[in-house]
Amino acid sequence: MKTIGVLAIQGAFREHRKTLEKLGVAVKEVRSREDLEGIHGLIIPGGESTAIGKQLEMNDFGGTITKMACQGFPVFGTCAGMILLSKRIDESNQYSLGLMDTLVKRNAFGRQIASFEADIPIKGLTGNDVRAVFIRAPYVLEAGPQVEILGEYAGKIVFVRQNNLLASAFHPELTDDSRVHQFFLDMVDQYQL
Amino acid sequence: MAEIASWKVKTGLAEMLKGGVIMDVTTPEQAKIAEEAGACSVMALERVPADIRAAGGVARMADPTIIKKIMDAVTIPVMAKARIGHFVEAQILEALGADYIDESEVLTPADDLYHIDKNKFKVPFVCGARNLGEALRRIGEGAAMIRTKGEPGTGNVVEAVRHMRTVMAEIRRLTTMPKEELMTAAKEMAAPYDLVQYVAEHGKLPVVNFAAGGIATPADAALMMQLGCDGIFVGSGIFKSSNPAKRARAIVLATTHYNDPDMLAKLSEELGEAMPGLEISTIAPAERMQDRGW
Repeated sequence: MKTIGVLAIQGAFREHRKTLEKLGVAVKEVRSREDLEGIHGLIIPGGESTAIGKQLEMNDFGGTITKMACQGFPVFGTCAGMILLSKRIDESNQYSLGLMDTLVKRNAFGRQIASFEADIPIKGLTGNDVRAVFIRAPYVLEAGPQVEILGEYAGKIVFVRQNNLLASAFHPELTDDSRVHQFFLDMVDQYQL
Repeated sequence: MAEIASWKVKTGLAEMLKGGVIMDVTTPEQAKIAEEAGACSVMALERVPADIRAAGGVARMADPTIIKKIMDAVTIPVMAKARIGHFVEAQILEALGADYIDESEVLTPADDLYHIDKNKFKVPFVCGARNLGEALRRIGEGAAMIRTKGEPGTGNVVEAVRHMRTVMAEIRRLTTMPKEELMTAAKEMAAPYDLVQYVAEHGKLPVVNFAAGGIATPADAALMMQLGCDGIFVGSGIFKSSNPAKRARAIVLATTHYNDPDMLAKLSEELGEAMPGLEISTIAPAERMQDRGW
């Protein structure tokens, strides 16, 4: 059976866990570099990217994730996770894993009173649009040639894939729709098995 | 097409703060120290609770310039406090763009009967509670996040523990009740019936629940996490200690690694002086902040 790690430093890791368990995979909460052993993919949840980044900087924790990802290990980042995966962060020199060839803007839609939910079409998913929850969300300002754009809202890039890496500006873990997680699990199968 | 200020969006931000530490700050410099230490949010204040307690008199919403300067200094969410029932202070905080409003017993109540109708606002609210009934009343009024009250500004965790244990025990009790007993339970704890039903069915509050009021050490933070809270508010505990940056960092790490005693031992080393504590029995009943709220 597949085991998916969920980075449990801070943020909505329990919601990811619930969605993954609904899809029938084993879940391991990852709080240190040692916890990265024995997992087939990793989700970096929403939360505060600076708070999570501070702990990834310690003990080569983040460095180990970067090395694994460079060898094809699948990683999915939501919201704060999208920021942490990005090579470049607009107007910030905060820590990131530097994996995806994107330039990401933080709190790009505004402060909390501008947070919103909306239905958006996602490339590669069958059925209805996805109800996307954006909370102080980022979006992608620039994406390199290897980056596939899978979802946009109001002309802004909010869902991207680069080979074994996936990132959403919204929170699929906050709704009952598990299709985005299934999309990631299919990527895990493709890269790990 | 886009829906703003939905319940999902309001409670969602609190979900994103889970496992994190929200720190009281009074200056942009303190806010930066908090962010650098890994705080998931800051509470912008004119004075921390220990100083409010010492100063006496009426404590009100902070000067907007303080809140604006703190919002400019950090990228993490900024919360601010309004007095209980003072809906105009809340309107002002919403206009300023605060990310969360704490309708807080730390400030002097503006209404001795009623809390703010929080459903009217786009900005989400967090409120204090000592027990499940109080928590569910606040959620009924629209609070999207709860924190146990503890006794603010004391550096003494005993009240926070009492309130967290009370809430948890009352939740457990509801889950074992036959359905016909729930209405009487709702009546006894003066809580909305639909929310009592929710708790009985799910075994948890419908919103995130943080611990607050008296947390001063990494061990305090881990204690509250092990008792079942979702995250930690630290008020006076950081900037009233001798080494705020180091203590802030240690409390953040202790909140993530709350179940790892080896790690907690390391984090507790050489933090310098904690804030001076207050024994609860030395506080006159009229000075107890936790009793504010209806």
